[in-house]
Amino acid sequence: MGQTEKKPVIEFEHFQFQYFSQAEPTLHDINLKIYEGEKILIVGPSGSGKSTIGNCLNGLIPFSYRGEVEGSLKISGVETKESNIFELSKKVGTVLQDADGQFIGLTVGEDIAFALENDCVPQAKMKETVRKVAEVVDMGELLKSSPFELSGGQKQRVSFAGVMVDDVDILLFDEPLANLDPATGKTAIDLIDRVWKESKKTVVIIEHRLEDVLYRDVDRIVVVSDGRIAADMTPDELMAANILTELGIREPLYVTAMKYAGITVTPEMRAGRLDTLDTEQVKEPLIRWDQAQQKKEKPAERPVILEARHLNFQYTKKRKILQDVNFQIQEGEMVSIVGTNGAGKSTLAKVICGFVTEDEGELLYYGESMKGQTIKERSRRIGYVMQNPNQMICKPMIYDEVALGLRIRGTAEEEIEPRVDKALKICGLAPFKKWPVSALSFGQKKRVTIASMLVMNPQVLILDEPTAGQDYHHYTEIMEFLKSLNDQGVTIIMITHDMHLMLEYTPHAIVISDGKKIGDATAVEILTNEEITGKASLKITSLYELAMKIGMENPSAFVQNFIGYERGTHR
Amino acid sequence: MKAKLFDYIDRDNFIFNLSGLTKLVCFICMTFSVMFSYDIRYILFVALLSIIFFRMSGVQFRQIKLMLIYVAIFLLMNFLLTFLFSPKYGTEIYGTTHEIFRLTSRYVVTQEQLLYQVTKLTKYASVVPLGMIFLLTTNPSEFAASLSRVGCNYKGAYAVSLTLRYFPDMIRDYQDIALAQQSRGLDLSKKEKLGVRVKNVMNICVPLIFSTLDRIELITNAMDLRGFGKYKKRTWYVAKKLRKSDWFSMLFGALVLAGSLAMSFVVNGSRFWNPFVA
Repeated sequence: MGQTEKKPVIEFEHFQFQYFSQAEPTLHDINLKIYEGEKILIVGPSGSGKSTIGNCLNGLIPFSYRGEVEGSLKISGVETKESNIFELSKKVGTVLQDADGQFIGLTVGEDIAFALENDCVPQAKMKETVRKVAEVVDMGELLKSSPFELSGGQKQRVSFAGVMVDDVDILLFDEPLANLDPATGKTAIDLIDRVWKESKKTVVIIEHRLEDVLYRDVDRIVVVSDGRIAADMTPDELMAANILTELGIREPLYVTAMKYAGITVTPEMRAGRLDTLDTEQVKEPLIRWDQAQQKKEKPAERPVILEARHLNFQYTKKRKILQDVNFQIQEGEMVSIVGTNGAGKSTLAKVICGFVTEDEGELLYYGESMKGQTIKERSRRIGYVMQNPNQMICKPMIYDEVALGLRIRGTAEEEIEPRVDKALKICGLAPFKKWPVSALSFGQKKRVTIASMLVMNPQVLILDEPTAGQDYHHYTEIMEFLKSLNDQGVTIIMITHDMHLMLEYTPHAIVISDGKKIGDATAVEILTNEEITGKASLKITSLYELAMKIGMENPSAFVQNFIGYERGTHR
Repeated sequence: MKAKLFDYIDRDNFIFNLSGLTKLVCFICMTFSVMFSYDIRYILFVALLSIIFFRMSGVQFRQIKLMLIYVAIFLLMNFLLTFLFSPKYGTEIYGTTHEIFRLTSRYVVTQEQLLYQVTKLTKYASVVPLGMIFLLTTNPSEFAASLSRVGCNYKGAYAVSLTLRYFPDMIRDYQDIALAQQSRGLDLSKKEKLGVRVKNVMNICVPLIFSTLDRIELITNAMDLRGFGKYKKRTWYVAKKLRKSDWFSMLFGALVLAGSLAMSFVVNGSRFWNPFVA
């Protein structure tokens, strides 16, 4: 940066940390200076130690999570290990990942006031501050609302306000985009940017969705890998250096597209953000590449496995959740159901599984109506995997967990074993057959839940947010696994708001908004249609924006070519 | 829908605007006054008051419908069982026997027994609306604030408020988990034998406990990071100052209690009102 007159607010020097519960240090020899008023993005795959760095900043380490600290970490010149969590919380305000879980108060106002209450601020002054801060995050009107009435994005605004009341110097965001749909995520990044510019605070964002954060300016990106700092440079420099893909972090799609087209990205191209990208330098090769791509023909028609006809559903008389939903899903398809939170996509899954019964219309399985079939009967054909595996797993041992569904149905034990073995093998869990569930990682647990569905030989698998909270590496792992299941003939339906997932894996996407189907086409067509993306809180893919920016004749075809090329070369 | 049962909904009326402490004091005073006295005249008086208060509070009947049904079933059972197990208790208390009709030699319906049982029924019935008012009109945080002001440890007081904050979430979790488990074939309906059903419910509890533990870790971190427990004291965003109406209400509660004690000790000479000894 060369701004030597600025003083560092965060200084790591030969910093090392090891949790007491672990055999190896999580962070090794961290050297990092962050200066006053900077906006820093910390990226890294899961388990790289990026969240641990965050916890060191806010004092959860070493005060809540015990461990051995070596080296030094100074915040505003004070050594953190000699400070305490309360003092640190006055300097570093943390917005945690799960906006719902950190909502402490019963109303918005109360939650924002929480830190003030603990500081014994008199009530009148407290109300004044709360009102002011709530204005800043546009929540002034909702001070009396309870958390149940708020959307995910609004809850995050409340937590944001809750740390701003303290007038902290440093704002730390731990995966702010994790639970938000693309459009809300964009607003969140905008808000962070606005507060950063207006208040001149130091902002640290920990996130693996690089492209979404780079929607607004960032001073530096710190790349963490295996507990070490692998890179510390400006976005423009980082895009030019081939580090991200090597470490399993996804670079922005438009950068990938440029690389496919054989362009050597240089810092001078200013590829850190699409807005700043110098299109003159990349235009020619991209257009040439686009024209060289083969057009692919459509896959053959297959029998319809699942069909919805005029589905209507409502919990209460007042609000219709599903209104006249019609769709057809062909055997062996991979389909994504997208839409905002509360649009009705989860309800649609519940209707398909029979958890709730449609008020009107019907569902057909291979043309035969499923009316009147119980959850149990449907579960033989349609498996449902929840978002959080911890909500599904109820046996301590992996084998028992996978066998549970068969045992309940009274299948003979001799038959159970080979079926469980087969399911475990498909899910890559065969070596863990005799292991306890607790020894597995989150992604492996997810696979256990999938195995426990597969053991019942369903023809259709419905997954709720299969990749939520996963980094690129695990995301690819889960998705490639689902793809291989799909290749073996299982029809896969995913409820998601991950646009990369839609684009890369699901040729067919159904968009639900306010209980109505507003789109049913290929993912590429959906993500290049401004009207639909706007209504469904999605975002136009940056590939399309790139194509528009360089003035391609058919931007959608460019996106399609990109996906086709990626399939052809990488898988 | 169940999650709605304990949801606190803010309203603006006399009862809602009272401080949580006042409501607790009044609730205890009035409950104790009916629990202590067996004078049906006084109990009916308190029951009338509690119905009036209930109307004043503006709590909707449908909010408590489910609860009322449970209570009604319980009361009815209690009524029948009392008669089944001690049909002569009334005569023992009042010392006289006015027979109405005879079922068998053991089960004789007497005026005394009837009075005793009806008294007991009204006792419970008059407390129910009071409890409902207290639960549904008290902002849990504000109540925690009141508790801490009268000297309770604020950490304990806050635990109450947090429980109420997360209770609906847990119910929602439970419902989600139950559905997912049912799709694996776990039967929770009445078709299954009771023993198996209990076992199946256990299968839901394991993931529920784990997801709740996750929640607790998160909330503890969030609270630590925002300075909870820094000082011996804290202030409260929702605290209400005790106003005239609060003092007046507490005085009223105390009077109701005093009235009950007076009826017992001065007028009746015992906890029972005995109309049979003229």
